[in-house]
Amino acid sequence: MGDKRTLTFVLMDPPFENARTTTALRLIDLAVKRGWNVNVFAYEGAVYLGFAKQTPHENKVHGHDLETEDHPITKEWVGAILARAERTGAKVDWVQCGLCVDERGAGEWIPGLRRGSPADLVAFTEASDNVLVIATK
Amino acid sequence: MSKYVLVESRDPFESGDVPYYYDLAMSLARKGHVVTLFLVQNGVLPARQGPRSDGVSAVARSGVAVLADDFSLRERGIRDDRLAAGVQRAPLDHVLDLLGEGYKALWH
Repeated sequence: MGDKRTLTFVLMDPPFENARTTTALRLIDLAVKRGWNVNVFAYEGAVYLGFAKQTPHENKVHGHDLETEDHPITKEWVGAILARAERTGAKVDWVQCGLCVDERGAGEWIPGLRRGSPADLVAFTEASDNVLVIATK
Repeated sequence: MSKYVLVESRDPFESGDVPYYYDLAMSLARKGHVVTLFLVQNGVLPARQGPRSDGVSAVARSGVAVLADDFSLRERGIRDDRLAAGVQRAPLDHVLDLLGEGYKALWH
């Protein structure tokens, strides 16, 4: 399918807790790989996906130093998606729910994301070819 | 007639509402809608022949396309020769194809 599409993904899960995060970011990455435009509305714990202060850690229990452990952190995955979008011509509009950010003190995120509100989600859904809500149960 | 893609990320061993989701897929198909059930994460566990694979095979027999995420299958060591009847391996890209075609999408 070569035609450009615009998809909206609504994410709720915080990082490091559920495989839904991995699947959501896989889907977004695949869409960007196609050059499709992607809107993301991150709310509740998902506002931490791009939190700038995430830090990889070593694992002394397993005898792994930082390099061996190679701990995956979601801010790098989100950053990689944004970088891929620049190469493929996809537009990624990633909105961090402002209320969710404030109540969590999660106001520091990597470049490329922006603060927004549920009004952005309404605009996203109106402007998208399709919407997938990946909610926490 | 509408087109639906139902993504199932949970497995019936840990989540008692999975059979209801299968029922939803079959009900939509019985009403003449085009339905794909896409299994991902632990949702692929019943795609392996076993005590809980009858459910997904019944969904497939009802006319629903039942697909299982290739990555999730590989993560769990489920080979093609162990797949339950009616289940096909597919890349996650297929979900994007359906989203791009305007399928109504639900996640569970």
